[in-house]
Amino acid sequence: MADMRLDKVPIAEQEPEVRAKNFKEVTLGYSLEKAVREAMRCLNCKNKPCMSGCPVGVRIPEFIAKVAEGDMEAAYEIIKTTNSLPAVCGRVCPQENQCEGKCVRGIKGEPVGIGRLERFVADYMRGKEPEVVLPEPNGHKVAIIGAGPSGLTAAGDLAKLGYEVTVFEAFHTAGGVLMYGIPEFRLPKTIVQHEIDNLTKMGVKIMTNMVIGKVLSVDELFEMGYEAVFVGSGAGLPRFMGIDGEGLIGVYSANEYLTRINLMKAYKKEYATPIMKSQKVAVVGGGNVAMDAARSALRIGAKKVYVVYRRSLDELPARKEEVHHAMEEGVEFLTLNNPVELLGDDNGRVRAMVCRKMELGEPDESGRRSPVAVEGSDYELDVDTIIMAIGTSPNPLIRNTTPGLDVNKRGCLIVDDTEATTKKGVYAGGDAVTGAATVILAMGAGKKAAAAIDAYIKNISEEE
Amino acid sequence: MFKIIRRKQLNDSVVLMDIDAPFIAKKADAGQFVIVRADEYSERIPLTIADFDREKGTVTIIFQTIGGSTMSLAALKEGEAIRDVVGPLGMATEYEPNLKKVAVIGGGVGCAIAYPQAKKLHNMGVDVQLIAGFRTKDIIILEDEMKSESTDLHICTDDGSYGYHGFVTDKLKELIDAGANFDEVIAIGPVPMMKFICKVTEPYNIKTIVSLNPIMIDGTGMCGGCRVRVGGEIKYACVDGPDFDGHKVDFNELVRRNSTYNEAEKQHVCRLMGGAANG
Ligand SMILES: Cc1cc2nc3c(=O)[nH]c(=O)nc-3n(C[C@H](O)[C@H](O)[C@H](O)COP(=O)(O)OP(=O)(O)OC[C@H]3O[C@@H](n4cnc5c(N)ncnc54)[C@H](O)[C@@H]3O)c2cc1C
Ligand SMILES: Cc1cc2nc3c(=O)[nH]c(=O)nc-3n(C[C@H](O)[C@H](O)[C@H](O)COP(=O)(O)OP(=O)(O)OC[C@H]3O[C@@H](n4cnc5c(N)ncnc54)[C@H](O)[C@@H]3O)c2cc1C
Ligand code: SF4
Ligand code: SF4
Ligand code: FES
Repeated sequence: MADMRLDKVPIAEQEPEVRAKNFKEVTLGYSLEKAVREAMRCLNCKNKPCMSGCPVGVRIPEFIAKVAEGDMEAAYEIIKTTNSLPAVCGRVCPQENQCEGKCVRGIKGEPVGIGRLERFVADYMRGKEPEVVLPEPNGHKVAIIGAGPSGLTAAGDLAKLGYEVTVFEAFHTAGGVLMYGIPEFRLPKTIVQHEIDNLTKMGVKIMTNMVIGKVLSVDELFEMGYEAVFVGSGAGLPRFMGIDGEGLIGVYSANEYLTRINLMKAYKKEYATPIMKSQKVAVVGGGNVAMDAARSALRIGAKKVYVVYRRSLDELPARKEEVHHAMEEGVEFLTLNNPVELLGDDNGRVRAMVCRKMELGEPDESGRRSPVAVEGSDYELDVDTIIMAIGTSPNPLIRNTTPGLDVNKRGCLIVDDTEATTKKGVYAGGDAVTGAATVILAMGAGKKAAAAIDAYIKNISEEE
Repeated sequence: MFKIIRRKQLNDSVVLMDIDAPFIAKKADAGQFVIVRADEYSERIPLTIADFDREKGTVTIIFQTIGGSTMSLAALKEGEAIRDVVGPLGMATEYEPNLKKVAVIGGGVGCAIAYPQAKKLHNMGVDVQLIAGFRTKDIIILEDEMKSESTDLHICTDDGSYGYHGFVTDKLKELIDAGANFDEVIAIGPVPMMKFICKVTEPYNIKTIVSLNPIMIDGTGMCGGCRVRVGGEIKYACVDGPDFDGHKVDFNELVRRNSTYNEAEKQHVCRLMGGAANG
């Protein structure tokens, strides 16, 4: 009999005042007993609406039933058939728009905590995962560009099929955004590293410090004997607003700010990485990136952190939980505000941001009410640091050095429904194809591409 | 890990290292750089590829120890390894096809960066007038190398202890006024030096290439930290440069942005030296 309580079983979290000063994980997770209790709230619906909301089709009611029985090993096995990074997705998926958004329990009350349960199972099983039995090597080589979630997923799936897989990563650490973007307090790096270690145990070779397009071209990878290439290079190029003052000291892209903190560990004493000791910070944007930058700034020691967003709270694209957490921690939201100029002092350091108030106008073609400037509403917001988190686009390096690889007008690689690009033997997925999106979509693309690469290589080797 | 095949102290504060990096050596070209991270705790710092040997699979870096990360790097011995070396990054310098006579100017450790350019031009058969400036005689580096890769080498010292007594800008002006007729000037060194070289060449309308050194992290265009203003436009030095038309560069903004962490870096060096450093 299902537990009909309307609310999710509460999850333990660090207190806002405490956590806003440390980089330890905010959400502490369920105990075994709480996980089982939450799992009992699932109705095991015949038509599985939740599953239709999950981009990779995790068999949600099935795994939750196993959690309710206390059989975590079986639950883990079920999740892993479609999702290779459950500890990550359980933490960072925008569940409210995906699985949980479709859960029937959400109609009256809160949906089942699917993400929390997925995370619980993965954490519970960490270190106890069953050994993956690999088939005999099939003698074929595949190259993966980029060690983000899309590349790592493709690598894992191909290794399981017997391929010799090499991942080429530009940074000195594998993981992509999971390592350099999403902060420790939301996704501990030991968890990401554990997943990467599991891949290397499966024989996946990861070569860091390899910027493809510079040190080797895609065509050279083919010459080296790789029969197919997967491009999972993400959407790493930061956008700036193009307003006056962006060259002042104290203006960061969120990428730079977060990379200094997450990848280069500026918050740890033993690391040399410098970061500004800001007092008042304005973060421009409203997505997950903006939330991560704002909450990181608090933890670095800022007294005041604003999120400046040109639409209203309802339109904030960030995960709901992050917005909620940011508010609890004291981040102030200046919605319906748009920066128009950044002002500096005599030393060229940021001293203020000129903001213009906005109001929501008529809905545009997309149906969203677009912000319209309120005449004469400009005012100065005193800040010493400004972090731009207004979006990113794919790096042109690979397409510029690879003849035959076509992109659309936003610079995203064009692929067909098997993730094949316009160049023979080259597949692509994740943010490099979609523009900045989500971890789970990137993983889904990596999975699909791995299957297509397998079919492609089998096909050409039969022809030979 | 990247093994240090050879380590040579060029003067009190400048170190040369040949590093085993066959993939990079295969692709490297004059004007490009690598980003190195000496050990797990160091910053990622950009250093020009001063030389490379495709056969041996080595690249050479020459750097001045000025702060924490260059100190950690300098502390590594021959036979030890650098944790990370990534490259070749940046655009190789592009030369106009019909160059006949070029002035290549290096200031201090900038000579290490100017040297590969001189070498390449020299090999192309261009008349290379190499002007190398140092504060004083004791810190002169690469004299023999520069001599053999140039038509004429003009060493200048600020205090007159060796070669020409004066700044590189003075020497350049003298050569121009004596009718040198340069097709191009390439200037690499401290930002003020590059700025003043550009002031010298501007009235003569001589194309002047400078190599910019903003603060970098990734070197691939993903952080935006290395952005510089050139001709009013924002450029990323790591992917669009590091070479730019000096007459269009906003040097003042570059100087400002490079001072972002001055305070923090001083504290860092103090920590490394056990509080013994005083600046
Ligand atoms: C701060 C931040 C917070 C986010 N929060 C969330 C969240 O809460 N939930 C969510 O679902 N999504 C979130 N996202 C989005 C999500 O992280 C991305 O959609 C996802 O990581 C994309 O995966 P990917 O594999 O396509 O690319 P990436 O993760 O970007 O990885 C690409 C990798 O390729 C490497 N690379 C690039 N060019 C080259 C080259 N030329 N040669 C070799 N390697 C190269 C890069 O260094 C990088 O490691 C967030 C993103 C950011 C930046
Ligand atoms: C493309 C390029 C090529 C370069 N080539 C050489 C070279 O061949 N030889 C050489 O001696 N130096 C070179 N430099 C400069 C070198 O990168 C800096 O001296 C070095 O980063 C200083 O680090 P530090 O920690 O020892 O000093 P710090 O005390 O950290 O800083 C001293 C100064 O160095 C600069 N700097 C600090 N961190 C960085 C960084 N991550 N990226 C860039 N600049 C930084 C800043 O202007 C700072 O004020 C180059 C710089 C660039 C951008
Ligand atoms: S992968 Fe994401 S969307 Fe799918 S079930 Fe898990 S948390 Fe939900
Ligand atoms: S919709 Fe909700 S209640 Fe129904 S099976 Fe899915 S998780 Fe369980
Ligand atoms: S160093 Fe990051 S964009 Fe140039």
